[in-house]
Amino acid sequence: MSTILERPRPVVREPVPAPPPARRVRRSPVHSVGRSGLYIAVVLTVLVMSIPMIWMVLASFKTEAELSTLPLQWLPEAFNLDNYRQAATTIPLGRMFLNSVLLTVLGSGLKVMLGLCCAYALVFLDIPFKKFMFALVLFTLLIPAQITIIPNYTLVASLGWLNTYQGILVPGLASAFGTFLFRQHFLTLPAAVLEAAEMDGAGHWRRLWRFVVPMSIPTVVAVSLVSLVGEWNEYLWPRLVTDSTDTMPLPVGLTLLQDIDGMNSWGVLMAATVIVTMPIVVGFLILQRRLVAGFTAGATTG
Amino acid sequence: MTSVSVPRVEPRSSPPTSESRRRRQRKNLLWFLLLAGPNIALLLVFVYRPLILSFYYSTLQWNMGSAAARFVGLDNYIAWFSDPSSSTTLGVTAIFTVATVGGSLVLGLLLALLLNQKLAGRGMARMLAFIPYGLSGIAVGMLWLYIFDPRYGLLSTLLEAVGLTSPQWYTESPWALVMLIIVYLWKHVGYVAIIYLAGLQSIPQDMRDAAALDGAGRLRTLRSVILPLLGPVSSFLVITMALSSLQSFDLIQAMTQGGPLGSTTTLMYQIYVDGFQTGRAGYASATATILFVLLLVITAFQLRVMDRKVHYS
Repeated sequence: MSTILERPRPVVREPVPAPPPARRVRRSPVHSVGRSGLYIAVVLTVLVMSIPMIWMVLASFKTEAELSTLPLQWLPEAFNLDNYRQAATTIPLGRMFLNSVLLTVLGSGLKVMLGLCCAYALVFLDIPFKKFMFALVLFTLLIPAQITIIPNYTLVASLGWLNTYQGILVPGLASAFGTFLFRQHFLTLPAAVLEAAEMDGAGHWRRLWRFVVPMSIPTVVAVSLVSLVGEWNEYLWPRLVTDSTDTMPLPVGLTLLQDIDGMNSWGVLMAATVIVTMPIVVGFLILQRRLVAGFTAGATTG
Repeated sequence: MTSVSVPRVEPRSSPPTSESRRRRQRKNLLWFLLLAGPNIALLLVFVYRPLILSFYYSTLQWNMGSAAARFVGLDNYIAWFSDPSSSTTLGVTAIFTVATVGGSLVLGLLLALLLNQKLAGRGMARMLAFIPYGLSGIAVGMLWLYIFDPRYGLLSTLLEAVGLTSPQWYTESPWALVMLIIVYLWKHVGYVAIIYLAGLQSIPQDMRDAAALDGAGRLRTLRSVILPLLGPVSSFLVITMALSSLQSFDLIQAMTQGGPLGSTTTLMYQIYVDGFQTGRAGYASATATILFVLLLVITAFQLRVMDRKVHYS
């Protein structure tokens, strides 16, 4: 009873300015021990997360002999590129890299475009069934890939699209996630700006690209980044519709390399793995802050 | 100029004739078709059509690529439920899902609490923890296959250094699944941590201060203030992680291909094997439907729980 009486807001509010000095005093004795414990934990985390990746890069430069010495040899004698050369002669690595770049850029570009247009229509156009249309888009987020792959495969096969870029690209183009995020953002835009644009005679197309998109750059960047990463790593669908190295993207090529050479040539496999992962790692390191915002965008609304 | 013209418009648009309104509606509809049409059409063709078609396929005895299909009603479902290997698959799927969702939530929360402290270099640590999430599942699988290599792998060396012998990860029954779970956690823990970090940063400092003033220690504050406030974030993560875990394919394909002896075959992997390797497309469609129902149940259940927790935010 008494505790409840003591808790009205003003009482709590009053001493709020006090904490900073108080905290500093409270920390000092136990503090440094806890502090170093935290640093040890951070260092361990960093090691666990990064050593596998460093190990992969190192292995890609090692010779066959260096890879199979026991106890393990940490560093390669020299940075020789034999593994990369051998990977490139076993599978057409350059061609697959270009396929991946093309599919990624085209796929995520179109996805973002479709998402932007669809979200604009869902927010700014006054039509009946708008709610239903949005629900239609939203519900697709719950439909898993595994239920669509068999019917989509038979459709793509009957269209003669196996081993074509459109076969890999088109079935995954529709944007539900992007549309959802864009819509949520568009709803927060100031209506006055768009009304003013309308009165100045700007049509929908102009309003979308000249007003709405420039006001939504952070969201556009976020969705683009998530799409780029997703498209680059896409595996199951491209694997099903391609068995020709002419159109095959890199991750599928990687399993091809495993199938051909078995388990023993780790150096060659790691070289190819480096090539698949490097664009993402480098991109992540450059775009750090943006990226975190991008990947958390979906969570804040959930 | 523009601001001057604003009031002039009003009298013009205030009494709209039904004729002009109808024309406006038609114009809006046209624009809607133009802008939203392509996206919605793609969703209908490549998501809704296959969804319905899959239910239909699941009633057929039909092999991938063959023209002959025979209607068998619920036979595929009966066959699935009476196949003893189905319970193994279901068990593997359950273990994998619970371990990966639970593990990544616990580890991700701990990581988020750690990386939320004011420590030098935490920005770099956040980034490093997050990178694996962005990598190709196949590449991650290959990389870890090398680390788990029983002879030349990094892990066997490390285990021997602390006096343990490395199990035969690839070929011993429980270890292959353990290996997959470890790798899955390594890949996803950074993502969970980043989402939790965003949640932690939205908790106002004065709530913690108030708890501290009430005499709550660190653990007590965590249990009574921070965790409940993170409830909605946790619910979101349980749904999204369960969906992605149930659908994971790349890692299994790269590392174990469902073996040894089906000990890493999840429902998703079974659908792939039945549909595209043994070619039993009707049977695989029935399995896919079962998985879809499972996903719907999980999501519906979680949404109800989440609804109850939403008032915290």
